[in-house]
Amino acid sequence: MNEKMVFLALQDNEDARPIRESIEADNPLAVITQYPGVYKIDAPGRLVVNRASVEARIGRAWNPQDIHLTLVSLSGNIDETDDYFALERK
Amino acid sequence: MQVDIKSLSIKPLRNTFDQVARFTGTDKSASRYLEATIGVQPETNFHYQPLWSKDRAIYDKRNTAIVMADWYRLLDPRQYYYGAWTIARSRQQDGAERNFSFVEKRAMLAAIPPDLKARIAHVLLPLRHVEYAANLNNCYMGAYGYGVSVTQATMMCAMDRLGIAQYITRIGLMLDDGADRALKAAKSAWQSDPEWQGLRELAENMLVTKDWFELFVAQNVVLDGLLYPLVYQSFSAELNAAGQTSFAMLTEFMNEWFDEHVRWCNQVLKIAAAESPENRAQLAQWVRKWHPQAVAALQPLARRALGDNGAAALEACVAQLAERLAKSAVH
Repeated sequence: MNEKMVFLALQDNEDARPIRESIEADNPLAVITQYPGVYKIDAPGRLVVNRASVEARIGRAWNPQDIHLTLVSLSGNIDETDDYFALERK
Repeated sequence: MQVDIKSLSIKPLRNTFDQVARFTGTDKSASRYLEATIGVQPETNFHYQPLWSKDRAIYDKRNTAIVMADWYRLLDPRQYYYGAWTIARSRQQDGAERNFSFVEKRAMLAAIPPDLKARIAHVLLPLRHVEYAANLNNCYMGAYGYGVSVTQATMMCAMDRLGIAQYITRIGLMLDDGADRALKAAKSAWQSDPEWQGLRELAENMLVTKDWFELFVAQNVVLDGLLYPLVYQSFSAELNAAGQTSFAMLTEFMNEWFDEHVRWCNQVLKIAAAESPENRAQLAQWVRKWHPQAVAALQPLARRALGDNGAAALEACVAQLAERLAKSAVH
């Protein structure tokens, strides 16, 4: 179980908030833990950030590459397209 | 030696302002947009009665026939508060500046055949006067409207219109190698050319419209919804087909701006119409009132811009607007 976990750590700021919220909405298994200045998001197997979900929250176009502006750390294999940014471990 | 850095996590008692929490129904941290919008409208303790109306307060819900239980619900899907809006516009301004200098450096406008150049000058340049009317109209909505959600967006829209008028003016100066003859000719066309009088009359009728929400429908929904696709999409596509892509480059801001303008207008209409059958009927009645005037005013412009294809292009714009209105449930 433990080696199949993936995680994403995001800064705790206004830019990351809509990303965190879309992860929360799109990944029911994700567990979000708050640390000072950082949110760590753990999930079993796969964690996805959907472009459409983030865009719905910020009201303008968003490029999944922009996640790197607030990304602190991650673990897992990256699967990335124009429409989503995902971490996987199978 | 070992240094332990202890971290202390302080949990905030509240995650957002009380008025925002009351609006959203939860104490979850809210976006800057909501925090800059909800609860900002002045509601009580007005010390001075406005001189222009004895029975109204300075900010008064009764300035329009539309009734909303909560005016804050007319939120802007673009989530523009002052900061977000200025950042977005400054990025677009950078792009527009690059396009202008590209066209200028390669003297692309000088390469346009004279007849086509005259057509661009005739169709585009008088529109700066339309934009100025749109600026005044949106200022009016900002002044007499209610609920910061909608009035902050109309004020930003007013400033956007000034920007668009300035871009048109710059194109006019470029068309004429820096001289203002084309702009002066456009102004006298706006004032006396029969082809433009329909649009001028429409603009002047809007300037004296009292109900700010009616003005929103007339200007931002109906007239913009027909004029922008006609000039910045159909006419621009025709010039592209003739090999003159510089027009599309110089008016790219208008195109981009219109896409987001549509999203905002659709959302405002949709929420206001969903509030009550009375609102929906009132909005539909305003559309019926202004739509024929706008179509009639644009007919000569469509003919001038697109020749025999003008009528068909205007039909397509009418269909596009009808589809938008149907989606917002205004019919």
